[in-house]
Amino acid sequence: MSFQAPLATSRSVTGLPTGRLAIWWVVVSEIVIFGGLIACYVMFRLRHPEWGEYASHTSTPAGALNTFVLLTSSLSIVLAHQAAAAGNLVKSFRYIWCTIGGGGIFLLVKSYEWTTEISHGYTLFANNFWSFYYTATGLHGLHVIAGMVIMAIISIGVRKGEHLPRVEYIGIYWHFVDIVWLFLFPLFYIAK
Amino acid sequence: MTEEHAEAHEHTNYIKIWAILTFMLVLSILGPMIGIKWVTLIAAFGIAVVKAAMVGAYFMHLNIEKRYVWYMLFTALLFLGLFFFGVSPDVMKAEGSNWVNHNNMPVATEEVGHGDGHSE
Repeated sequence: MSFQAPLATSRSVTGLPTGRLAIWWVVVSEIVIFGGLIACYVMFRLRHPEWGEYASHTSTPAGALNTFVLLTSSLSIVLAHQAAAAGNLVKSFRYIWCTIGGGGIFLLVKSYEWTTEISHGYTLFANNFWSFYYTATGLHGLHVIAGMVIMAIISIGVRKGEHLPRVEYIGIYWHFVDIVWLFLFPLFYIAK
Repeated sequence: MTEEHAEAHEHTNYIKIWAILTFMLVLSILGPMIGIKWVTLIAAFGIAVVKAAMVGAYFMHLNIEKRYVWYMLFTALLFLGLFFFGVSPDVMKAEGSNWVNHNNMPVATEEVGHGDGHSE
């Protein structure tokens, strides 16, 4: 019996391919998750100016390096999408793995930061600032890991020339993860 | 891959956009070093909004995306705004016209590593 793709994967009621529509729904739900967390942090931060003192213990150079790494990885995944669209599968595969590498560097820098902060006594339960810090950056880090795993799986298909639109879909997700960090960076590393 | 997106790839210089984003990142780091509060706010958060808009527009192709996606995004942001303005009085104020929140009174002293961030 041959495999038949479900109807939902081929129809396009909204004028969008179903896969792209699905990833936009993911992004919309993520906006509410991260947005809610960031909104709560902003409320508390405005209420407690003394949190600026706690924020002075985060490493701005490390945060800036991670911002640069994520911006660069956003570039590499959009170039992977461009290469896939042009039919250059090898180039697309390489760019996807550059993006995964960017995610890896991001996590290494984050691990270094967390280790330093925890060793100085700034743990998850030290106070509400550090609770927000670890929750927001930890949740973001989990999204980075998820993106890296999905990209690795997609890269296998790209090599075979299969499911190429998925490069665009994971790209949209990855850019969103980048955008979240663009807001976390000033909130936790710049506003001191 | 839709035709609009294929065309966007041909006409968009992604490396140029990345260079602009990196330049803005440098500005957002240097701005707060001046030490003026409003410059810090603009440099940190204003530039973050511009960077996010550029990533959304050019890397996520929102500039050529169908309106349906915009409606989805605006709905999420609308609910987020409702959440913020609905909850913020409880978090940011200790008293109002007919209410007092004793849990939200200002803290006299607070120690790093032991403080709770707000009084209990």
